[in-house]
Amino acid sequence: MSFNKIPRVPSSEITPESQYYTRRSWLGMVGLAGVSMVSPSLLGGGVVPPQDRWPQGKKGPNDTDEKPSTFKEITTYNNFYEFGTDKSDPEENAGSFKPRPWTVKIDGLVKKPATFALDDLLKGLTQEDRIYRMRCVEGWSMVIPWRGVMLADIMKKAQPLPKAKYVAFETVYRPDEMVGQRRPYLQWPYVEGLRMDEAMHPLTLLATGLYGKDLPNQNGAPLRLVTPWKYGFKGIKSIVRISFVEQEPPTTWNIAAPNEYGFYSNVNPDVDHPRWSQKTERRIGEFGKRKTLPFNGYAEQVASMYAGMDLKQNY
Amino acid sequence: MASPPRRFDSFRFLLKPLAFFLAATPFLFLLYNYYTDNLSVNPLDDITDTTGTWTLRMIVITLTMTPLRKITGWSGFSRLRRMSGVYAFFYGTMHLMTYLYFDKFFEWGDIADDLTKRRFIIVGFTAWSLMLPLALTSTDRMTKWVGGKNWKRLHRLVYVTAICGVIHYLWLVKADLQRPLTYGAIVAVLLGYRIVVFVRGRYARREAAKASSVPPAASLPVDSRQ
Repeated sequence: MSFNKIPRVPSSEITPESQYYTRRSWLGMVGLAGVSMVSPSLLGGGVVPPQDRWPQGKKGPNDTDEKPSTFKEITTYNNFYEFGTDKSDPEENAGSFKPRPWTVKIDGLVKKPATFALDDLLKGLTQEDRIYRMRCVEGWSMVIPWRGVMLADIMKKAQPLPKAKYVAFETVYRPDEMVGQRRPYLQWPYVEGLRMDEAMHPLTLLATGLYGKDLPNQNGAPLRLVTPWKYGFKGIKSIVRISFVEQEPPTTWNIAAPNEYGFYSNVNPDVDHPRWSQKTERRIGEFGKRKTLPFNGYAEQVASMYAGMDLKQNY
Repeated sequence: MASPPRRFDSFRFLLKPLAFFLAATPFLFLLYNYYTDNLSVNPLDDITDTTGTWTLRMIVITLTMTPLRKITGWSGFSRLRRMSGVYAFFYGTMHLMTYLYFDKFFEWGDIADDLTKRRFIIVGFTAWSLMLPLALTSTDRMTKWVGGKNWKRLHRLVYVTAICGVIHYLWLVKADLQRPLTYGAIVAVLLGYRIVVFVRGRYARREAAKASSVPPAASLPVDSRQ
């Protein structure tokens, strides 16, 4: 195996090794070069048109300065079981989904339960672009430039009562537009939930877009949850209902496999999924693997919410 | 038993090369899409899925050859059986290597962890391991060396591989069991066929034994179909 056979990659595409590659991934790349199986898709980036690459760099305190995934990566590789279980299904099957007009019902323990047209719900709120890491429970990750509002701002509008301890979310149920909902491999509609403090956290977004555009249907148009320190499946898509409740609300994946997916689902390298380790992850576009960080690298901002909790019990 | 259809026999020399090429196409497509960057943005997924799916399909095809030969009487199916089996091993080995290299980078500690903790890995690895002795004894020379009867017995391990393969698939999917259950149903039919043949054969042999123990005058011709 010769070292001068390492594939040539534009220096702009090379990320600092110490930061981005673990030893094993580097070995992997050498091995890859050795058998001369080199493909741009495995080595990150390749030739990406500039409009498909969101500018890297921190703009706000909550942005990561990691290289954003490409628009293609974010919009062709999705888990959105309402449109099918293969990663390519959402992009292929979500074309006829109608994200407008859209209403969101806010009910439960709030001062004035009401149904809002989406534009009314967002009126007066600041739409922000935020670059977040996204870690899927399956062991891959992306960096996504979201656009959205803080859930906390929406909650201020809704005025929950002091009795409310949790927020429950519900996805739209439209089996005529969502082919996956015609078969009950999950319980439809998809439901998710957050504890009140998690929902109020400044990192928690209701996203309306990505890459500066409206959300593509396959990414959960027109409104989806983003909690970057939790596994991706917590990010419920195409939300039509937000309820404030007293008890921990049921969540879809927890109903499907309670020993595999808990209510909290915080990214945690020390708690394996029963079927795979969560210690490492593959960033889409990279060949090697990275170490997974506690709370997906957001420990500083969120760990205090879980102080004193046994995170192995509350996975 | 039906007599072999003659018209196929003139193309007999084409059968194996054609089958060889056909069985290789999923792999060739994968390579082509890999080099032309037409896989998904997570090529590991595509490689794992394609090699895994085709392992199971080749096992199913292998298991279909003998019933097809018996039902149609065309011996061409027998000639394809070994090739399908070796291809099952080929795809299975690619699948295993994808896991060991692309997914685990030969980190043996992690692999050992998987092999002791995760049942879908254990059953998948079992399925591959059981194919290994079959692949090794697949040449003419090895077949002769092992001996017909023992070879036959040994190669019944493919039934276990098929079952393990289906269980591996069942245990790895997250929610939708439709595809693994479909393979499960096909494998059940193919193994069920063998059980029926076996039970019938035993019944026929017992009848034959009974018939031969009564006075010769009363004995009737025995249907010895298997």
